[in-house]
Amino acid sequence: MGEFQVHRVRFFAYVPAGIRCLAHSARSDRLALARTDGALELYNFAANYFQEKGIPGHETRSIEALCWAAGDRLFGAGLSGDISEYDLEKLRVKYSLDGFGGPIWSLAADAHGTQLAVGCEDGSVKLFQILPDKIQFERSLDRQKGRILSLSWHPSGTRIAVGSIDLLRVFDVRSGHSIQRILVDRCLQGPQSRECVVWSVAFLSDGTIVSADSAGKVQFWDSEKGTLLETHPVSSSAVLSLAVCETEDSIVVGTSEGAVYQFQLLPLKWGSAESQWVRTKPFQHHTHDVRAVAHSATALISGGLDAQLVIRPLMEKVHGKSYDAALRKFTYPHRRLVSCAKKARLLLFQFPQHLELWKLGATSATGKDGDVLPVSRAPEHLLQLKSKGPEHICCSCVSPCGSWVAYSTASRFHLHRVRYENDRVSIKRVAAMPKLQGSAHQLLCSADSSRLLVASDQGSVHILELLEPGGCRHLQTLRPNSESMEAVYLLAVSADGDWLAAAGGDWAINIYSLRHFKPHCTVPAYNCAVTALAIHPVTNNLVIAHSDQQVFEFSIPSREYTAWSRKVQQHGLHRGWLERDTPITHITFNPKEPAHILLHDTHMFCILDKSLPLPDAATSLMNQITLKQLSEKARRGHVHAFKICKKYRPLLFMELLDEGSLVVVERPVMDIKTQLPPPVQQKKFGT
Amino acid sequence: MVAQEALRVVRCGGSKLSGTRAAFSADAKSLFCASGDYVKVYSTATEECVHILQGHTNLVTGIQLNPQNHMQLYSCSLDGTIKLWDFTDGILIKTFVVGYKLFAFYTLAGSEDSVFIIIPKRNEEASDSFQLVSVKLPKIPDQEVEAKELSLILDDIGQSPKCTAFGREGEYVASVCGLHLLVYFFKKKKIHRFPLSATSSKGANNYFTCVACHPKEDCIASGHKDGKIRLWRNFNHKREYTFSTLHWHHDVVMDLAFSVEGTSLLSGGVESVLVQWRDGSDCKKEFLPRLGSTIEHIAASPNGTFFCTSHTDNKITIIHSNLRVSAIIQGLVKGTDVKTGLVVDPRTKALVLNGKPGHLQFYCLQTDKQLYNLDIVQQEYIHQIGLNQVDLVKAAFSARGSWLATVEQREDKETELELQMKLWSYDEQTQSFTLNTRINMPHESHVTALCFRDTDELEDVTPTLVTAGKDGRFKVWVLVNDSDAEKQSMGWSCDFVGSYHNYPANNCCFSEDGSLLAVSFEETVTVWDSDTWDLKCTFCHPPGRIRNLCFGRLSCSKYLLGTTSNGFLCCWNLLSCALEWSAQLNIIVLQPDPLSENIAAVSWLSEHSDLFVFKPNEPRPLCIQRNICRGRVQWAVFIPREVPESVGSENHKWLSRSQLYFLTQTQDLMTFSTKSTEERLTPSSKQLAIEESLPVTPFYLLLGKHRNQQQSKENADLGTAVVPSHLAQHSPAIKELLHTPAHVLPSASFLCSIFINSLLIPKENKSAGEVADEVEMDSEKAEDESDEDIEVTEMEPDINPTEILGEITPKLSKSQEKELRKIRRMDYSWIAAL
Repeated sequence: MGEFQVHRVRFFAYVPAGIRCLAHSARSDRLALARTDGALELYNFAANYFQEKGIPGHETRSIEALCWAAGDRLFGAGLSGDISEYDLEKLRVKYSLDGFGGPIWSLAADAHGTQLAVGCEDGSVKLFQILPDKIQFERSLDRQKGRILSLSWHPSGTRIAVGSIDLLRVFDVRSGHSIQRILVDRCLQGPQSRECVVWSVAFLSDGTIVSADSAGKVQFWDSEKGTLLETHPVSSSAVLSLAVCETEDSIVVGTSEGAVYQFQLLPLKWGSAESQWVRTKPFQHHTHDVRAVAHSATALISGGLDAQLVIRPLMEKVHGKSYDAALRKFTYPHRRLVSCAKKARLLLFQFPQHLELWKLGATSATGKDGDVLPVSRAPEHLLQLKSKGPEHICCSCVSPCGSWVAYSTASRFHLHRVRYENDRVSIKRVAAMPKLQGSAHQLLCSADSSRLLVASDQGSVHILELLEPGGCRHLQTLRPNSESMEAVYLLAVSADGDWLAAAGGDWAINIYSLRHFKPHCTVPAYNCAVTALAIHPVTNNLVIAHSDQQVFEFSIPSREYTAWSRKVQQHGLHRGWLERDTPITHITFNPKEPAHILLHDTHMFCILDKSLPLPDAATSLMNQITLKQLSEKARRGHVHAFKICKKYRPLLFMELLDEGSLVVVERPVMDIKTQLPPPVQQKKFGT
Repeated sequence: MVAQEALRVVRCGGSKLSGTRAAFSADAKSLFCASGDYVKVYSTATEECVHILQGHTNLVTGIQLNPQNHMQLYSCSLDGTIKLWDFTDGILIKTFVVGYKLFAFYTLAGSEDSVFIIIPKRNEEASDSFQLVSVKLPKIPDQEVEAKELSLILDDIGQSPKCTAFGREGEYVASVCGLHLLVYFFKKKKIHRFPLSATSSKGANNYFTCVACHPKEDCIASGHKDGKIRLWRNFNHKREYTFSTLHWHHDVVMDLAFSVEGTSLLSGGVESVLVQWRDGSDCKKEFLPRLGSTIEHIAASPNGTFFCTSHTDNKITIIHSNLRVSAIIQGLVKGTDVKTGLVVDPRTKALVLNGKPGHLQFYCLQTDKQLYNLDIVQQEYIHQIGLNQVDLVKAAFSARGSWLATVEQREDKETELELQMKLWSYDEQTQSFTLNTRINMPHESHVTALCFRDTDELEDVTPTLVTAGKDGRFKVWVLVNDSDAEKQSMGWSCDFVGSYHNYPANNCCFSEDGSLLAVSFEETVTVWDSDTWDLKCTFCHPPGRIRNLCFGRLSCSKYLLGTTSNGFLCCWNLLSCALEWSAQLNIIVLQPDPLSENIAAVSWLSEHSDLFVFKPNEPRPLCIQRNICRGRVQWAVFIPREVPESVGSENHKWLSRSQLYFLTQTQDLMTFSTKSTEERLTPSSKQLAIEESLPVTPFYLLLGKHRNQQQSKENADLGTAVVPSHLAQHSPAIKELLHTPAHVLPSASFLCSIFINSLLIPKENKSAGEVADEVEMDSEKAEDESDEDIEVTEMEPDINPTEILGEITPKLSKSQEKELRKIRRMDYSWIAAL
């Protein structure tokens, strides 16, 4: 596999923000997720749960509720009192509209996607009409006392059930009057004075209202008579979230103890119409509040304040291999948050509101395989760069020489010149920035640090020339031949600076010639999201990793897939490789070993040796440990192309520096957990 | 009676009551439970045993009410038969011979002519795979019917009856085995198999232990080894099945039962807490704690008023549906190890042995009932694995039962041995033992034996106790009067310490008259004078550790018997101080009969135990019984009979005055019997006892008073019973009406006229036929009842001469007199009937 001197970096203090709300769209099989810092993420379930798009957060714009409406339009509302629609192509807020009802706690669209109902702090429920390019205030239902924390439309669109403090209400949409007022009893245990917050409601088509409240109960009500049908005490603390599946025979609830429960509507006897809601499966995947749950046709989705997104496929609904029914947990973003200046041995860490530049440590000692070498020079925190304004940073990069740092927020693009004099670091902002069209989604410096490539909207890539001593010039804007609306989110530039590959939200990969500033060719379309791109420094082959774990090699000069890539497709990849959970987020090469491709995902680091045979189904994929024990001769018979190392995880970034030294950036889950507030106290048996 | 009868080893009372699930009658007035080879019928109101249904020849493994007739009961046994009983009268109605070992039995209300049983595959003893089959019960009016029409339903299932349950209206059957739940649907004839993984990441142990089906809904409850209960639903879909989990138990769920309407689920386990789950919800649970020991089975009554739990300490607790204990039926408590051996309480003739941890139980073998528990250790018992508790190891009674000596010890690897000897005196007023003296560390090391000197209470001899210890000493303890001015008190204190070359003492025993004490030190037997505590002589013939030691009795009191660990039984003559005889036998238990010269010895060679009964002065044993049981006999004891029994054969005469009981390796209490079917209890007398304790009903007020009056009148003119009074005539009519099982009675309209007639004061010209009928009925009854006694009277002439020739004791003559009186009375009625 080759020996490297590994810089094991653990000083990237990244803490993902907690998950605030989830919205699943059955039509496009996508999940919209909002975090507590206002960031929005979009996961594509069809593309192996890949985090396809992301909209960076905003200091003042928290998202309390999300909903899909009228096809694939995504609406969100938050405590700022604004209702926003998101532009999923340009990855920003399309427009915002003040609800004029104070902070908004809940938002729901009716079944036809023509109306939005918004529950406000002042106790009003406001209806908005969804027009093709905007939303328009229609009217307000009767205002009542108490904030509206949750609301749900009856599938017919004539009624709205609303959850408030200590009570539930049913509104008639036509008249706007409250037709039913249901009191929810307070805590089962403890003082009666503690109010009962109805955190979530669901209105079923048979007129049943399901409520989840802070007293830990899930209750079923008859909306016509206003009577209690069933009570299920679920938790000793609050039940925070609730979601119903489309067929209305299954409900998922999330509690503040981190547990998720499924309720199923089961017939009492076979063939009889009488049925009963039964609490069936408990899941304990979270440690903290489960603030949001969603129910797709085949899976229970939950997200909590511990920043984990858990997708639990329902065994009985998945008619596939066991792999499809496996539990998925997402803690780390599918985006690169670290960039590396190879020559200067610098690492740039991207945080929501600041950047950190670190110099790697060094050692003078040498040792055997597996030794931990003493550090002769400790890693050094060179500078911290705070972004101005409420917007969060969406992308950043450091040039290979380490003298340029660039970052971008949704609306502004910043470039800094960094100078190192003796032991002092000075930084100067490049003031005269050319005006660029659209926002930046990805930044990349060319290998010689002379050019900065900015990925932007509508498939365009801007090329900026970096000028000494501290300036820049807009050279060219590259656009694909075919008209694309989607933003570019991945870039790769060749070592000689001649070629640029750009992958957009429509999964098309365009290759441009930087010498002529024009499109060179397009990689044949593949219907899965691209997760990583890189161009080989010697052969100028483009290596592409897709979210379904396929790896392609495309020769740019000859505009076709290479023979090796065809061989891989013909042979098929090993099952162990295809059934990995996380996508490959970074690809790099070893100039000394042209046949090697280095790639990594969150849980492993792999050297793909093109000169070796591909593993067949019978051999084990992870055979490094067994190979070590074999003799030199026997080893030859067992080696295959995939050399996988699982020593470093969770792995956020990996890059090969020169002279056979490797830098890996880890972020252990435990380190994140210690940053979280203490979870709800729970009595454990035997303690 | 046949002259030559084989001596049989039979299970006697004290068999396990908690071996199978108990069953309730439809009105929940009686409770049925399998007890060894019998089925016992208890009254739930009085805890009394009403009937014993005898007939099976092996363990009864299942009992269930006949769903077609609630007055009938099915039972199945390892002897391969299913028997149908009329439990109100205790009559065997029918026997179905299946021919396989039956491990469990189920009936369904829906299927009238077939029942379900669990049998081993290929009918092998060692077979560990079992199958559920349905048996067609042929409708032939014969007493004994062959039922061979079997059809397989489920294969490879668990043997335990708890692992299979029938669902709502017999639509499906669920069975658990290992990690699988199998559900067979009768209508679709389809099997669904639901597997669980062996363990989960959280350390769950998913092995199934028991299963129960909801009576009204399609829901199966299963218990697991890690204490979880799963409620399975939607299991008619192969994929979309689902289950919810209830978790309270921290250890194995031993049994589950649904209430009749299915509104609550009961579960029990090692915690000895009955948990009631309402509506299958994790939050709505109620507890009935402190039930004493592990719950093994749970059953619910068909009318929903009672539950009952069977416990490992051989107890059945009847619990009212509001979770209040209503009655406790306690059998012989069987611990893991009977350290005290079998002791007889001279006062009550009860068997005394280790009961609950730290307790001594007094068990009446005649009524098969625990009399009481004596808390010896008087410390809270804590259920925890690996915790060393104080153990009761020795117990002995004085000759009249006025003193009880107990020894308890606690042995730990780390700490030193803790020993305590307690002496208890019998308090006549409270009718129980009270602690008199507590002696800490009576010996430096383990106490190996203790015995009282048997003295006649008439003589003014101080009670004396001897203990032998591993520390090489034997100590003599005597009761001394250490009363002072303020209070009067008697206490035990050490009088003499003896030793012999510092060898550990292992046995001690007094001669019958109490003049000699024999103590064995390793290989040497020493004989001491009990007045002066002088060493009289020593015996050390065969080299070998002395295992048992006992003096001969009555005419053989000059002999001392001992057994050695190298396989010798020796008999020494105390007059000549020489070895009289010895035999090479590996005797493990040596037990003298207190009422005769007979001595029982049990030898054991590798596999089976053999019994020898002999008199020390006769070289030829009275009786040899080979293969009395598998494995070692742990303890044996002679228990004097209340009434001497007639024994036909000369060989078995040793059984006539006392009965030998022994405890096998598997903790079964066995005895010897010559009768083919024993009737230790007289059911009719029992039934009367029950009736008297029944609550007063309006019907009773109407008829009962009436009858009482008559009875008193009857009693008054008992002497002139020859003349039938008019009033006495209609008492059988009422009795007939009330005592015949309802399903045998003719229609009420037919009975009405007879009944009304019987209440009227009859005229002289009553139809003669009817009167004659009734008289005949009466006489038949009388004949039945006197049957046994007649047999006795027939035997009497045989016995009497021998008895008189032997020795005459006033006690015997008294019983003889009683016998004679009985005969006289019986004879009159018998002749009158003729």
